[in-house]
Amino acid sequence: MRLIRFEDWAKPIAPARREVLSATPEVDEGKPPVLFVPGFGHGAWAFAEFWLEHTAGRGFPAHAVSPRGHGGSADGSGASLRAYAHDVVQAAASLPRQAVLVGQGAGALVVERALARYPARAAVLLAPVLGGWATFGAALRGNPGGTLPAIFGGRLRLSRRQLFSRGVPDAVARGYTERLGRASARAQWQLLLHRAPEPPVGDPPVLVMGSPDDRVVPASALTRAARRYGGAPLLFPGMGHDMMLDTRWQEPIDAILDWLEKGGS
Amino acid sequence: MTTSTDHDSATLWRDGRPVYDRGETVCVVGAGPSGLASIKNLREHGFGVDCYERETGVGGGWNWRHDRSPVYGSAHLISSKPFTQYPDFPMPDDWPDFPHHGQVLSYLERYADHFDLRPHIWFGTEVVKVEPADGTRWDVTTRSTGGYGAERTHRYTAVLVANGHNWSPNLPMYEGLDEFKGRVIHSSAYKDPAELRGKRVLVIGGGNTGCDIAVEAAQQAFRCWHSTRRGYWYAPKYVLGRPADQVNDAILRLRLPLWLRQWLLQRTLRLTVGDLRRFGMRRPDHKIFETHPIVNSQLIYQVGEITRFRQYSVELSDGTEVEPDLVVAATGYQPKFEFLAPETLAATADGRPRLHLHAFSRRHPTLAVAGLLESDSGLLPLVHWQTVAFARWLRLREAEPRRAAEFWAGTVAKEADRRWTGAKVQDTPRHWFEVGHVDYLRALQKMIDGLAAGVKA
Repeated sequence: MRLIRFEDWAKPIAPARREVLSATPEVDEGKPPVLFVPGFGHGAWAFAEFWLEHTAGRGFPAHAVSPRGHGGSADGSGASLRAYAHDVVQAAASLPRQAVLVGQGAGALVVERALARYPARAAVLLAPVLGGWATFGAALRGNPGGTLPAIFGGRLRLSRRQLFSRGVPDAVARGYTERLGRASARAQWQLLLHRAPEPPVGDPPVLVMGSPDDRVVPASALTRAARRYGGAPLLFPGMGHDMMLDTRWQEPIDAILDWLEKGGS
Repeated sequence: MTTSTDHDSATLWRDGRPVYDRGETVCVVGAGPSGLASIKNLREHGFGVDCYERETGVGGGWNWRHDRSPVYGSAHLISSKPFTQYPDFPMPDDWPDFPHHGQVLSYLERYADHFDLRPHIWFGTEVVKVEPADGTRWDVTTRSTGGYGAERTHRYTAVLVANGHNWSPNLPMYEGLDEFKGRVIHSSAYKDPAELRGKRVLVIGGGNTGCDIAVEAAQQAFRCWHSTRRGYWYAPKYVLGRPADQVNDAILRLRLPLWLRQWLLQRTLRLTVGDLRRFGMRRPDHKIFETHPIVNSQLIYQVGEITRFRQYSVELSDGTEVEPDLVVAATGYQPKFEFLAPETLAATADGRPRLHLHAFSRRHPTLAVAGLLESDSGLLPLVHWQTVAFARWLRLREAEPRRAAEFWAGTVAKEADRRWTGAKVQDTPRHWFEVGHVDYLRALQKMIDGLAAGVKA
């Protein structure tokens, strides 16, 4: 717990227009809102595809935020991880009730940082890209052409093979990869080199989920992430990195909502 | 109203009156900014909470509907957002740097709803008495605001007092005040500049409220005099194109020695504002940081201190006599704890509680006061961490009584009174609980870290 926050005090993040897509249940059952945070290059649209409606259908108000520079949000060139986390905290604090944060891919890295500034009700790290050399190595081996330019500030390009399982039809997968944008060069570098996040405030339960067949996040990284929060990862074999867009998208989101209904622990 | 409190029959008695046992529940007095943070952080640490609020809404003094609210129509924050918001619930980033008091209230209301605090608050209920009960527990006697209905007593495991300190007007006694035929009001009764229109107004007090009202009087009144005891440093809201407090913290971050910071900031003010004497203000009789900061860039011309009132005029220390028909005394507020016996807070003869970090009772480990601070930044961040520290302290007491006792004896009970300010603050009645936010938070950090070391084990 760090009380002295000169960076927050002396250099607050400037506001930027944020895109938040929502789906709300027809009847308010008092369930907590769920805020989805997409990974680098993705926008809120990735969750609008299937998960938002499904979540709302099960009685949870569902929202997805695009961090600056992503999706329909304002330009975010030069944005840091701190700016992305700021966008997530702002979106969460604007909801009427205490929210659950769900971060996918590098969005999990952003959610970790947001948890240090907002007492979420619970958090889910989904196929979390928390940086580190193992993840970098896997990306270099699996997709050298898309990864190398990022070292020099170019765009990190993820391929269809990295993101989706074979079950996703080619045309559909191409449609998704064509919609991908990019994170700022600074944030991409911060994937590799960043300070460890401050501990979460309010001690929320944290669930780590992923797939052993994810070509972006090695199984060892998943286990390490889960261990940090005192648990084991919940695994969905056969799925790709973008679990919310895969053919079997319903399994992980149902698992998340079941976990929340059981009190999230 | 839904509450978690359905009374089981009383099993305890005190002076022939029933006492309802609330078990491990903690009592919070007041649902203003400090009270709301208390409820939220105690709940977050797993405690049941009963909060008593004499008004019918949250927000305390920031809620202008409340009869004790000191806010006036134009009141704005003078600390920028990062220093004003709760550290774990930011204000919307598209709000201005210095929000209006109405925005602060809506922020507090959203905080209460977001964390679902209202079910724990008993509105329209005032606390009459807080007395130590067996061991370290507390009997809290309440009744409906205004004194209707019967009194009820509940027993709690701990009490967090968050009744605020800006509601009981402080009116100094001046010679001849009784004979004065004009109107005299305290600034808490001032709401709208229309009240000043066409009048001859004397504003007393060089604090932030006094300065705001003096500026409005200068624009609205027929004639205006502003009486202050000393010259102050007046900080503008912005320097170098950024909120001044943010610039100050960028300098604080460098951990420069105080004299160098004072020189730097006095130099910056000199360059951006200029010599205040040219605007008819007096030269400050102290260095910067030695009084509560005054943020105002529109103020010009002051008169001296008041010597005495006459029937139709007021005599000033510089020998002049002015003839106001309205006197607004912006002379501040007195902290007041009517429901607590003075010895409970180890108060001095003039009623200043003596508390560890201005918050924790040294005599009663389960009693604390939240928000009894004047800070060079906003209050909410400090209150947030005070209440987190109190919640963690209660948790440690429960989990590891032995280590908790060691911690208590080693830090809270032992540490001498000190002031958490970088500079030597002027010793006037309004400055005894003045703190510097960085020094104060460092001290709180030390306490919270010390408590955490125990909780982990």
